Amino acid sequence: MALYSEKVMDHFRHPRNVGVIEDADGVGEVGNAKCGDIMKMYLKIEDGIVVDVKFETFGCGSAIASSSMATELIKGKPVEEARKLTNKAVAEALDGLPDYKMHCSVLAQEAIEAALEDYESKK
Amino acid sequence: MIYADNAATTAMSEAAISRMTELIRDTYGNPSSLYSFGQKAKEVLEQAREDVAAVIGAEPREILFTSGGSEADNQAIISAARIGEKSGKKHIVSSAFEHHAVLHTLNKLAKEGFEITLLDVHEDGIIRPEEVDKSIRNDTCLVTIMYANNEIGTIQDIKAIGAVCKARGVLFHTDAVQAVGHLKIDVKEENIDLLSASAHKFHGPKGVGFLYARKGIRLTNLIEGGAQEKGKRAGTENVPGIAAMAAALKEAYAAIDVNTAHLVPIRDRIIAGLGEIPHSALNGDAASRLPGNINYCFEGIEGESLLLLLDDKGIAASSGSACTSGSLDPSHVLLAIGRVHDVAHGSLRLSIGEDITEEDADYIISSVKEVVEYLRGFSPVWRDLVAGKGSFIL
Repeated sequence: MALYSEKVMDHFRHPRNVGVIEDADGVGEVGNAKCGDIMKMYLKIEDGIVVDVKFETFGCGSAIASSSMATELIKGKPVEEARKLTNKAVAEALDGLPDYKMHCSVLAQEAIEAALEDYESKK
Repeated sequence: MIYADNAATTAMSEAAISRMTELIRDTYGNPSSLYSFGQKAKEVLEQAREDVAAVIGAEPREILFTSGGSEADNQAIISAARIGEKSGKKHIVSSAFEHHAVLHTLNKLAKEGFEITLLDVHEDGIIRPEEVDKSIRNDTCLVTIMYANNEIGTIQDIKAIGAVCKARGVLFHTDAVQAVGHLKIDVKEENIDLLSASAHKFHGPKGVGFLYARKGIRLTNLIEGGAQEKGKRAGTENVPGIAAMAAALKEAYAAIDVNTAHLVPIRDRIIAGLGEIPHSALNGDAASRLPGNINYCFEGIEGESLLLLLDDKGIAASSGSACTSGSLDPSHVLLAIGRVHDVAHGSLRLSIGEDITEEDADYIISSVKEVVEYLRGFSPVWRDLVAGKGSFIL
């Protein structure tokens, strides 16, 4: 049995929306290097819509895949909808994560929440 | 595939496979049975004991067959503790980077009231014999120090530590799981009282190992039952596995010089090649090191993603990252040599085998360089370091 689902491996090998948005409207960073996971999300928001999202991640395979999937799930969506993204939705979209890797999907949710908070605080 | 995880397990040698299959098919008798078919199995068993003993300079009766290295470690330590507590000696000296088979057994004894001193292994991963000497007290019953470390490959001055223990009248056990079959060991010359080994680390089968216990040391059973192994380890002997272990060990021992001469230059080529990666560091002393061990930390990346991408390139390796163990902390070995969490997560262990070529080494070097650079390309940690926010550790 493989460690990860094919979806996880696909998003790990070919992460979507990798990079930085220089003039981002909201930036969120969660996790810490001590624990081995850091995720940073950059959002571009226009008229209440997440028009662009990029991420950078220091972490394991499932952390990279969770970040990638989370960006796909909110890209092009209204801010209100992005705010409702749950870690469960990220994990399900990846066809599941091993139990001890669920915290990676939690980090992805928290990174987006942090970026949205940053956006709200700047408004 | 380039298999670079020989510290985890090795491929069985042809000699071991043929010995094992031959015995499974033809010599299935129980060595405890008195008819000749059973006695034939007994002969095979005793010949294996002689062969194993000869390789480490022991007497056959000093060899106890076990299910592997972990069982041998458990039995050695528990036995020494039981001997010690009879005379009120309940202090044990060990090191911070022992295998969990040792550390967890010591934890169990600590709960029973034993006091455990874990010696510093220093930045180079080398225990100082004089510090062993200083740590021994009047109530010390055992010193247990691994021969060579399973993660960073550092080799201890076992002879000097053994001499200290002998002079102080304390039993000395060494977990030699990574050393047997790879280094020349003489238990008498090195003053070793108890030694653990595991067959699958030297091209033997899994589920077999042995404990050397100097004659006169009373062992405590972990498994009660029949009178096998002089009553010290119950259960019908795994004759095919034990004989295959002996075959693998004889072969490995005979080839130590040739293998070392082949492996050391390739190991050092990989160490030099990976050293070209900026902000990387070799873990463990470069010289006093197993011939096949390379262990690096790379700043700004995490080890599991490195392993998965190397796997895609056909390289099988391992890491001390927390994510590869299922726990939150990275390898206790890397922490013991002073690596902080941030960089310990980005570790890579390559344990190369005798079949490796220079071309393989160059492919490993270029692949690791490529993957580390790729992962750093979208690591927020690396971006901050390069931007001057925070300072590099390595």
